Amino acid sequence: MIEKFWQKCLPYIFVAPAMVFMAVFTLYPLGNMIYLSMTDWVLMSKTKNFVGLDNFIYIAQRADFLNALGNTFFYTFWTVLTLMVAALVFAVLLYKNTRLNNLVRTAMFTPHVIALLSVSMIWSWLMNEDSGLLNMLLSAVGLPTSRWLNSSDTAMASLVLVSWWKSVGYYTLIIFAALQGIPAEIYEAAELDNAGALNRFLRITLPMISPQVFLCLITMTIGSFKVFETIRVMTAGGPGKSTQVLVYYIYNTAFGMQFKIGVASAAGVVLLVIVGLLTMLYFLVLSKRVHYQ
Amino acid sequence: MQQKAASKCWHTIGALAKIAIIVIFIFPFVWMLSTSLKTYKESIAYPPSLLMAQPQWENFKTVWNSGNYLMYFRNTIVVTLSILAIQTFVSVPCAYALARYEFRGSGLCFAIVLISFMVPTQLTFISVYIMFADLEMLNTLWPQILPFGANAFGIFMLRQAFKQIPGEIVEAARLDGGSEVSIMLKIMLPMVKPSLVATTMFSFISHWNDYFWPFVITNSDAIRPLTVAIAQLRDSENGNQWQLVMAGNVILVLPILLVYIFLHKRIISGFVYNGIK
Repeated sequence: MIEKFWQKCLPYIFVAPAMVFMAVFTLYPLGNMIYLSMTDWVLMSKTKNFVGLDNFIYIAQRADFLNALGNTFFYTFWTVLTLMVAALVFAVLLYKNTRLNNLVRTAMFTPHVIALLSVSMIWSWLMNEDSGLLNMLLSAVGLPTSRWLNSSDTAMASLVLVSWWKSVGYYTLIIFAALQGIPAEIYEAAELDNAGALNRFLRITLPMISPQVFLCLITMTIGSFKVFETIRVMTAGGPGKSTQVLVYYIYNTAFGMQFKIGVASAAGVVLLVIVGLLTMLYFLVLSKRVHYQ
Repeated sequence: MQQKAASKCWHTIGALAKIAIIVIFIFPFVWMLSTSLKTYKESIAYPPSLLMAQPQWENFKTVWNSGNYLMYFRNTIVVTLSILAIQTFVSVPCAYALARYEFRGSGLCFAIVLISFMVPTQLTFISVYIMFADLEMLNTLWPQILPFGANAFGIFMLRQAFKQIPGEIVEAARLDGGSEVSIMLKIMLPMVKPSLVATTMFSFISHWNDYFWPFVITNSDAIRPLTVAIAQLRDSENGNQWQLVMAGNVILVLPILLVYIFLHKRIISGFVYNGIK
């Protein structure tokens, strides 16, 4: 009798610690953020009034929030586009398992295991306007130098470049692994049909690896929407407000100067909705893929 | 004949392009190392040079003495190892239960794991900060450890691995009279060791490197990890002394870089396997 009861309880005992941690540090904070987004609470103040959707109406009219949102979309669009195209190209070009190709893939992957903080600082140094290596090299070969992070025209592009450099090796490897999963017979059949290389890629390769491509796209998008460290280290949101992004806005509103937890939480809910939609898409694709195989 | 020469030519161009790619991804680290050993004058000299007249090992000493680096280092190690210990303790039974038992609510539990997997710290930091502030724990290392107690990603991976073990093995062990806990620990766990090693390595790297959450949560010097200290170095009056900033980053990066050089095959296969599953 006791034995049977014990057997029934065992799974619950096994999952309990993990569930407690996740409830306290993921589910509760999300719920609490949604609740706080509907209050006028300022950190340290005693009053916390329910204000409904006022905070959302407030941020929707704030130029700095809309600017941060627009910058985040801009950053995400260019990061995801350049990453995806490059990962596909590199994976195809490095497809053969030669020693040199292995070395290239290993080298490309290195930045992925290095702290984003350090990557940001190394690139700040390389992009330094006066004595950075990049400008020195540019002027040595007679090309015009760039202001990189110091101009609002180029700062965002420079940040995109750094995140591209940091993660392109990772995505290349994922696409590479997906390519290896395509059965060779399919290519042989195409060879018989005399299909050209580009045709083969567009008609056979791309459809075969489309689930992985799609999962990469979603992972990249979520990763870009939560960008913070590069911005904090490299530009601090400037010059002007040209590189202010959503998480930076949330952080500054909550803990920077104003301590407006309600407003920051409302901006957080906007991020939650974006990440939530992407997540649903992710699992939709994942479940479909499992279905087909 | 001509065609053969042309193809050889393309082959060489391809190889050169690949070497150029290697340089693009490795050279910034070499430049970091080189700068960290230069004098200030050498670091900003034009034309730039990879070599310095005399390696300036003092740069590391200067950085190390500019704050309590022994303590920052210790904090990073304590935090990272504590996270790994708690994660292993929490994740293994959870993953095992989700993979091998049918019980009411298992679907909900798995859904919670998936949600936690996708929700970044950037969405939860305000509430978690307030929680630790209310508990008056901001001056301890706990806020850097506890939020990562359950590794959703690790649970997900280990669950997959446990699922792949044939059911007969468990049945046989049950007939031998082993208790459920001992079956899990003595028979099943060794069989998923590669997955456990991969997720642990993954977790180690990401928490060693983590900056956002420690930056938000640490207000006093005594609990600062290495990453926050290095970021402060850049913000301090030494911030324009790039040789010092780079020396600081060498201290942060070198342990991971060395591990990567020796274990890159395992690390890469772990990461890629994790990425596509």
